Amino acid sequence: MARTCALTISAATEVNEHDLTASRLGSLEYDPAPESSAIAHFRSSYGLFIDGAFTDPSSHEQFVSLNPANEEVLATVAQSSREDIDRAVRSARRAYEEVWSHTSGAERAKYLYRIARLILERAREFAVVETLDNGKPIRESRDVDVPLAAAHFFYYAGWADKLDYAGFGVNPRPIGVAGQIIPWNFPLLMAAWKIAPALAAGNTCVLKPAETTSLSALLLAEILQQAELPAGVVNIVTGDGSSGAALVDHPGVDKIAFTGSTEVGRLIQQRVAPSQKRLTLELGGKGANIVFEDAPIDEMIEGIIDGIFFNQGHVCCAGSRLLVQESVADEVLRRLVRRVEQLRVGDPMDKNTDVGAINSAAQLARIRELTSFGESEGATRYTSSCTLPEKGYWFAPTVFANVAQSHRIAREEIFGPVLSVLTFRTPEEAIVKANNTNYGLACGVWSEKGSRTLWVAQRLRAGVIWANTYNKFDPSSPFGGVRESGFGREGGRHGLEAYLDV
Amino acid sequence: MSDERLDVRKTYKLLINGAFPRSESGRSYKVSTKSGDFLANVAQGSRKDLRDAVLAARGVQAKWWASSAYNRGQVIYRLAEMAESRRDELANHVGAAEGLGEQQAEQSVSRAIDRIIWYAGWTDKIAQVYGGANPVAGPFFNFSLPTPSGVVAVLASQESSLEGFVDAVLAPIAAGNTVVSVASELRPTPAVLLGEMTATSDFPAGVLNIVTGVTSELAPTLASHEDVDGIDLSGVNLDEANELSVSAAGSIKRVFRPRPNDTDPTRRLRAFIETSTVWHTIGQ
Repeated sequence: MARTCALTISAATEVNEHDLTASRLGSLEYDPAPESSAIAHFRSSYGLFIDGAFTDPSSHEQFVSLNPANEEVLATVAQSSREDIDRAVRSARRAYEEVWSHTSGAERAKYLYRIARLILERAREFAVVETLDNGKPIRESRDVDVPLAAAHFFYYAGWADKLDYAGFGVNPRPIGVAGQIIPWNFPLLMAAWKIAPALAAGNTCVLKPAETTSLSALLLAEILQQAELPAGVVNIVTGDGSSGAALVDHPGVDKIAFTGSTEVGRLIQQRVAPSQKRLTLELGGKGANIVFEDAPIDEMIEGIIDGIFFNQGHVCCAGSRLLVQESVADEVLRRLVRRVEQLRVGDPMDKNTDVGAINSAAQLARIRELTSFGESEGATRYTSSCTLPEKGYWFAPTVFANVAQSHRIAREEIFGPVLSVLTFRTPEEAIVKANNTNYGLACGVWSEKGSRTLWVAQRLRAGVIWANTYNKFDPSSPFGGVRESGFGREGGRHGLEAYLDV
Repeated sequence: MSDERLDVRKTYKLLINGAFPRSESGRSYKVSTKSGDFLANVAQGSRKDLRDAVLAARGVQAKWWASSAYNRGQVIYRLAEMAESRRDELANHVGAAEGLGEQQAEQSVSRAIDRIIWYAGWTDKIAQVYGGANPVAGPFFNFSLPTPSGVVAVLASQESSLEGFVDAVLAPIAAGNTVVSVASELRPTPAVLLGEMTATSDFPAGVLNIVTGVTSELAPTLASHEDVDGIDLSGVNLDEANELSVSAAGSIKRVFRPRPNDTDPTRRLRAFIETSTVWHTIGQ
């Protein structure tokens, strides 16, 4: 098989031995700087948030939510049955018909502004809860997830009384009751992405958080109570995939919004197809991060690192395929491997941690399985020599060189801290390789030449393109995929369309 | 009568990749006027014809989208010019197919031609109406650009032989998509005529492909085709649409299902555009 990259592991290990110790950053040791977990007050068990109150599930069935960094139980959470989902949908319907559809845009706006402010007031608590439940570094939940969630409510608040000017005709109507199913990688942020535009457009919601990460959504329920949001406007039902399926199938739901894998998204589209339900899907990706030889190297290396190791790579838009121009491939890989070795992996509550815990045992198993194909199919593996904690779910940051387009690690979404490196010679070749996937969520382009960057951006089949940056999010910026990465947008004016009958 | 000239009749063929082949299957089927008189033997397209058409549509899609919006508008406008000069012929066929009187048929053709012009004008407006700059918090220039979904399959209206066809194929084409269409099964000839006109309108080969035939036989191939990005289900009934929607989900296709008495003509236009958002750093 033709090798697409000339670099070998011996070059990489050489870096490790000689270059690394010469690096000033690499020799620095940080003292632990742990955030206190005392600010998070978990109840021993949580009910379902239906009609404005926490209620017991019909079956009294509970499941545990673990801290993936140490496998300790944080709380037990209710498993929603079909009856519970029905109760939640009825509550949302009642709230829609009796309250929310008669609430003016200006009033809806003020509720959303309240929610945004309340999240910021309790931002530190949210960050701690999110990190304990999800395993992501506190630095990220503190600086990204929580402020962005609040910003999302603040942004859509302003739309609620301006829908006539959003470009969908005068007096666009809401759809009705929205069933919303979110993943475990950004639990609070995804809840905000779903709830804020739905409420601004005048819908009511039934939100189902992911099985392993329910706690920040349940804390958000407390915020909704503090905001005095009318009962039933937002209902939060916890549970596994069967609860999600019940929500998808419920005839009282007018719209399904799903974020998760393409595999499950396909099933949902099939199930929803014969109904008149509206659907938006935000699915998987295999983002290409394209590096040209003239790219500013320091920023680019940091960008590649952010692109794949942010949130342990549990990011649908992760830059998991690095396409490097051949002329700089050796240099980029050498520096990349050195930088990976410097990543601090460990306690997510430590403010210095770069890479936290894998969210669940199941996800860890999947990452291990897919990466095992990396070596067996002929790629060259470099894994950080960091020591991993004994308890919890951990995977050391890993880079594969000499990856061919046909390799599974270049085609399938790994959803973990694993980067596949491929090379190219010409911009045309980079485009062909970047688009050689059924996905189309996000791509990155690194070059100092603006005209080339825009030329590449025009030809990439992707919903989001980051030029000389990666993994940036903003409530005003539409996010979503093309092709098998889904349809519909979240964020910006475009995000309203998903919740309006237009 | 000996002084009356015997007319020269036309064979109604498919339009695939800018050429007018008979079906590779060698099949044809009889099409009648609304009142039951013989009208024509029309090519009965096959699954292979559709696959060839999808290949052609995919092959030219990037080129069609890469041509300037101004140019795409001129090409579509040119189609209106061609239709205008053959409006009598179109009216004869629309009238025969739909059972309309002369005046009604002419009015239908007039509306269809005006509609073509409406779409011609959209090509260079879509980006401004549906795209824009996004005021993100940070040193980035961020803009959203509407981009085509890619290859769109159209199961055109069974009733409205020309107007319905024009709407269904030109909305995605104006947005930069390429189209594989299945014309009205029992009223295909107006669509075939329009297809002929694209040959003199500078339409790049493959931008519009037209397959005539049995809709229920052809539709499943398009709904399940992995290289089709979206599908317009105007020409099938509710049960068929439900079934085809399930099949379309296999490759996460965008699905357009018409609404009864729809008054929003932009819905079709919006059905097959994506939003591509570019972030670029700002710095010295």
